[in-house]
Amino acid sequence: MKQFFIFVRKEFLHVFRDNKTLLMLFGLPIAQIVLFGFALTNEIKDSNIVICDYAQDNASRQLIDKIAASNNFIVKEQMIDQQQIESVFQEGDVKLVIVFPNGFERDLLHDNRAQLQVIADASDPNTASTLTGYINSITTDFQQHLNQMTTMQPVVAAEIRMLYNPELKGATNFVPGVMALVLLLVCVLMTSVSIVREKEKGTMEILLVSPMNPLTVIIAKAIPYFFLSLINLTVILLMSVFLLDMPMNGSLLLLYLVSSILILCALSLGLLISNVTETQQAAMLISLMAMLLPTVLFSGFMFPLENMPVALQVIANVVPSKWYYIIVKSIMIKGVGFLSIWKETLVLSGMTIFLLLVSFQKFKIRLQ
Amino acid sequence: MRPLKFLLIKEFKQIFRNRTLLPLIFVMPLVQLLIMPLAADYEVKNINISIIDNDHSTFSRELSAKISASQYFRLIKSDQSFKAAYEKIESNEADLILEIPQDFEKNIFRTGSQQVFIAVNAINGTKASLGGSYLSSIIKDFSESIRPEINFSTPISVLKRIELTAINWFNPYLNYKVFMVPAILVILVTMVGAYMCGLNIVKEKEVGTIEQINVSPIKKHHYILGKLIPFLIIGLIVFSIGFFIISWGVYGIVPQGSLLLLYGYLALFLVAILGFGLLISTYSETQQQAMSVSFFFMMVFILMSGLFTSIDAMPAWAKVIAYTNPVTYFIEVMRMVVLKGSTFQHITQHIVIMLGFALLFNVWAILSYRKTS
Repeated sequence: MKQFFIFVRKEFLHVFRDNKTLLMLFGLPIAQIVLFGFALTNEIKDSNIVICDYAQDNASRQLIDKIAASNNFIVKEQMIDQQQIESVFQEGDVKLVIVFPNGFERDLLHDNRAQLQVIADASDPNTASTLTGYINSITTDFQQHLNQMTTMQPVVAAEIRMLYNPELKGATNFVPGVMALVLLLVCVLMTSVSIVREKEKGTMEILLVSPMNPLTVIIAKAIPYFFLSLINLTVILLMSVFLLDMPMNGSLLLLYLVSSILILCALSLGLLISNVTETQQAAMLISLMAMLLPTVLFSGFMFPLENMPVALQVIANVVPSKWYYIIVKSIMIKGVGFLSIWKETLVLSGMTIFLLLVSFQKFKIRLQ
Repeated sequence: MRPLKFLLIKEFKQIFRNRTLLPLIFVMPLVQLLIMPLAADYEVKNINISIIDNDHSTFSRELSAKISASQYFRLIKSDQSFKAAYEKIESNEADLILEIPQDFEKNIFRTGSQQVFIAVNAINGTKASLGGSYLSSIIKDFSESIRPEINFSTPISVLKRIELTAINWFNPYLNYKVFMVPAILVILVTMVGAYMCGLNIVKEKEVGTIEQINVSPIKKHHYILGKLIPFLIIGLIVFSIGFFIISWGVYGIVPQGSLLLLYGYLALFLVAILGFGLLISTYSETQQQAMSVSFFFMMVFILMSGLFTSIDAMPAWAKVIAYTNPVTYFIEVMRMVVLKGSTFQHITQHIVIMLGFALLFNVWAILSYRKTS
């Protein structure tokens, strides 16, 4: 046992002596929380649009003022023809062009119907349809105002209540994802690379011929990363609760317990990768493929799972972070107890045991 | 120039001899390019809704039918009580609950208006707000459609109407993949280039072979160029395969602009990003270090590049980061040239800025590479 602790100490020293790596490991979750929390938003606002008013009358003026008053747009008025519209889009800044045809007000007053042309740069389809939708609802309002319909009450009114996250904050969605990502990153990538480095440098040979049980050598390697992950987890939790006002409704103990299962799962995956690779570069590439991409794609925090083709949804089931993501959301936001998440926890534990067994099976005492 | 030639021969031999790495460099990006656009679909559809119909009248049934006919909603088995439906939300089976109260139809005829209740699982904010507004607009439609049945006061024909003609240029069917594929290709080329190139020099440091280079008469810039050129070529090949086979062949994205312009910009971008990789490698001692540092920057580059979210909507400080990020410019150029057919005049500013990045990173890398330690 004493020998074992000496080995653990050696590994801790390895980790702590590499300042740059350590800085990045702790910097990564902080940067992610800050960027996701404050910089990235799915909202579409402050979009540059051009309004081309051939009518120059009262009605068009009123509508333009209404559009300019919305903070979704930065309006520029400019007279351009069809040809120039293409060039305006090709320069890239302008997302939408609105054209008021000649005689807009006359048509509206005499024929009761006027035309309005909205041309969107649909190379970005989301922005295009959202902006068109904004314009549509502004004109509908304007139209109701013209018809004095504001007093008209809807027959069926809907009362909407947003459960769990009334302010519709993005944090509830991405924080659990960032947690999964960081835990996996530290454990899979760092563990596999640091084991393979000893192989590449030849020091593994020395460790293996020592009187230590080879398995304890490997376990000692994993322990610093286990603790680093727990620290990272705590940092993420503190930041999301105090900086992003994320709720913490469930049991903290349960959360750490489940996270430990995921960490174990990731460590065994890292161990497995280190067993089948010979160079650090290969270990790194395989880790990125086996861990980073599936986590980003299939845990559901970046892209909604239910939109994917069925084949991909099936694949998502073998990705551990998908289950972890569900569990964390349930504990933190819904505040449910173990009884509501035992199924997901069981799946995650099953995966961990499977990976652990396979990686022990593959573990070779001899190098070549 | 002769030493450069020999250095290049050495680098290519090393790359082609590595049997595990070579297939990974070429196959991994392409598999990603095939799968990622399928997954990266932000359109919200298939929202699971549970409808509690306490009225069982003609109107309530009409409303339920209207909702389940919409392509956005998927009606799961109806529940008898709000409590039962709420449990479905807790277990993630339902995203939305619509409760139609008792005497729904009777109240509509008696008072002319009636409320219904919607509860949305708002953990995923985007999905919740979209789902809520889709449902509200269906209810609004329904409400307008039954208005004539309950009062006959306003004839429709005298109402003033503004007819909106919406035209979508460059991507008339609003296909999200068209938007994503070129940008994802940029990310993949960036990762292959910066990682591989950066790790390569550090590997020589770690293995010790860099000592032999240092004592040879090879000039610093020869050495840097010798590392840069092979990965420039690999980057061009990976890009071409992804561009012609996956993007054009599989996803049918026909480039609108000039290919020459695109490849010119690609080469410039590769020089810049490889320079960045070199820079990281001159400051790192071990591969693990180089890897975690470049992973950190890669993550910031990718998140802040406007790949998934709009840069316009970012706060000012974040815009500054986004516009000091070379990846942002290449993604913009890709989308402009490939999808909109922008020409040289339209992207002059992008070219100048990328030229600046390329010079900055490479000069810095050459200056900070020391033969003596």
